[in-house]
Amino acid sequence: MNYDRILIRYGEMSTKGRNRSKFTNKMKSNIKRLLNDDRVNIEAQRDRMFLYLNGASFEDVKEKLVHVSGIQSFSPVVKTSQNLEEIKEAALLLVKKAMDGPASFKVSTRRADKQFPLDTHELNHEIGGYVLRGTEDLTVDVRNPDFTLTVEVRAEAVYLSSETIAGAGGLPAGAAGKAVLLLSGGLDSPVAGYMMMKRGVEIEAVHFFSPPYTSERAKQKVVDLADVLTRYGGNVRLHIVPFTHIQETIHKQVPENYTMTSTRRIMMRIADKIRQETGALAIVTGESLGQVASQTMESMAAINDVTNTPVLRPLIATDKLEIMEMARKIGTHDISILPFEDCCTIFTPAAPKTKPKTEKVQFFESFLDFEPLIDQAVRETELIMLPKKEAELDDLL
Amino acid sequence: MIYFDNSATTIPDESVLDTFIKASTRFFANPSSLHNRGMEAERLIEKAREQIAEICNVHAREILFTSGGTEANNLAIKGAAAFYKGRGRHIITTSIEHPSVYEVCRSLEKEGFRVTYVNPKENGIIEAEEISNAIEDDTFLVSVMHVNNETGALQPIKEIGTALKKHPQILFHVDNVQGFGKVPLDLHQSGVDLMSVSGHKLHGLKGTGFLYKRSSISLEPVFFGGGQEQGIRSGTENTAGIASLAKAVRLVFEKNAEPVSLIANWLRKELANRDWVVIHTPAKSAPHILNVSVPGVKGEVLVHALEKEGIIVSTTSACSSKQTKLSRILQAMNKSDELAVSAIRISLSFQNTMEEAKQFISALDRTVPVLAKKRNERK
Repeated sequence: MNYDRILIRYGEMSTKGRNRSKFTNKMKSNIKRLLNDDRVNIEAQRDRMFLYLNGASFEDVKEKLVHVSGIQSFSPVVKTSQNLEEIKEAALLLVKKAMDGPASFKVSTRRADKQFPLDTHELNHEIGGYVLRGTEDLTVDVRNPDFTLTVEVRAEAVYLSSETIAGAGGLPAGAAGKAVLLLSGGLDSPVAGYMMMKRGVEIEAVHFFSPPYTSERAKQKVVDLADVLTRYGGNVRLHIVPFTHIQETIHKQVPENYTMTSTRRIMMRIADKIRQETGALAIVTGESLGQVASQTMESMAAINDVTNTPVLRPLIATDKLEIMEMARKIGTHDISILPFEDCCTIFTPAAPKTKPKTEKVQFFESFLDFEPLIDQAVRETELIMLPKKEAELDDLL
Repeated sequence: MIYFDNSATTIPDESVLDTFIKASTRFFANPSSLHNRGMEAERLIEKAREQIAEICNVHAREILFTSGGTEANNLAIKGAAAFYKGRGRHIITTSIEHPSVYEVCRSLEKEGFRVTYVNPKENGIIEAEEISNAIEDDTFLVSVMHVNNETGALQPIKEIGTALKKHPQILFHVDNVQGFGKVPLDLHQSGVDLMSVSGHKLHGLKGTGFLYKRSSISLEPVFFGGGQEQGIRSGTENTAGIASLAKAVRLVFEKNAEPVSLIANWLRKELANRDWVVIHTPAKSAPHILNVSVPGVKGEVLVHALEKEGIIVSTTSACSSKQTKLSRILQAMNKSDELAVSAIRISLSFQNTMEEAKQFISALDRTVPVLAKKRNERK
């Protein structure tokens, strides 16, 4: 017996009242794009979603589904009619499939259709007894079973499953609007992006690129990071901003201990321009309080001074170790730790101000109009759409 | 030509060759170079790695590219022995392994390791229980091939791996050079920690292959140098070879294995009908290898006689067929010297057809009586 469908349970979405259909539709299209398999049909219902596999492998689909935000849990499911014999037979087959040597199990029945003649207790008993008679080395353990056979009796059909897989939780990517993410190539910013995507935010990633001081590899690293993020349900548009000229200008213009603050302020201004152009509503950063000189409370105030746009910092109160752990979990850690110089490390002054004064940095910047430089950088920004398609390489392989 | 020696090597697939040539021309740069050309070559390698990893259902960084099966086997066993020697000094393998496992174990014995060589049953299959029974307190490595290269006998990897799960200190290496792409092997279910694969057995090119290494495991390098392949296998990457390997792996997994089994089953049935043929390959075998003897006719003579008919087969394995020694594998199966000296190996691929199998049988029927008559005359 093969699984012919997957039952998806929504997370918080099911509490979203009238916005719900918007949310489910978003999730449906995210899943469709991510699976990229014409055989799979998706049917979004009010409180659950079904994937009809039509011959696609459950294992393959599972790999991808576990990352999709908005899913609370999912189960490979077998559907039967309300005929008790048919239910029992399917239960036995499922249990045999789930067993790999001696095991304990329990039956957990939900009877959504209260018209069904047997109550949950009787159903558990009937099905459990039949399964036990039909198998060897199987025992019942209601407290701590190796696996649970869930049976859901609904008016239209009965659904059986022996496996429930935890989903990523959160909200479907894209359902909560769009934000610009400052993506550096380090450990923090991809994690910040992931957390926002999990809350339903669509990401426009912005990366500052300073050739020839930073190499193509540093850029490729960021492309790879953004590509990993697309696993979590959404497309990511990556804006690569040419930043060399601005960085050189800042170095000529601003006293060394204030270059870092000033650089961040200009980055923020550029990000804000891109935010306006793309219709995003907020700027997301991977800042974590006190981690480096630019992330002290004073620095953040001085940098934030350039915009009224909400700056969201999902990692602000997390520790480095927690961030690394999360980076490992989402698959960005190994890419982030690759040792390529990025634009932040290359011009770092020996002793950056940890408590910069906003008025001072405003004063230093007042001698030059950065606006034309900023406009030029935004104009020359390269846009990369992800997930990437590498046709030439794919052809070879 | 009817080519029935696919376990020695396969005929390279044309599209695999095409990939090799294009990748050699277009992605010639050193993948470690900083410039864009270097980076493109590196991307190609990483894409190839991802593709193979996906097919094996493992992580990309668990695939280490090597120059082929022999190097993968050497790296797995020597690398594990050097790294884990503090954990133990005892290795379990079998007496039917390929020389690139067997001889490595022999050489480790000279370095003070103890090796148990488990013998197969008469059908050429190792009992999982015998592996378990051989476990000692300081066993740190078990190395068993998936498919025997001479007889095609399928070894109980899943059973062995399941038994070894009770011994987390023991690494499990599987030489899957003959089985990869032919007999499914679930690395996770079977608890495999290391697996060797060779490109040229899959219609890929010589000089290509990989070692699967579970990420939780460390290996001491055999080659030292520029630190490529996570520092475990130094040496400038064979970019075009790696790309061609990924393609060959993809193609072999897209092929339906059924036609090969159909041909092999038909051959087996036909050969079983002839009372002058002894079949050494057990029923539980890979679908593409048949090892048989025509008692009284030397394998070497039969190989040459069939060659005159345009049919290429081999005596035992290509690696040992130039040596005059009798097959170590068949001897381990307790076959008589007469049977061992007359053994030939027929090994198929998805490129072969039923028509070829029919021609082979009629050639055999023509050739053997002539050879037998000559031999009797000499007597």
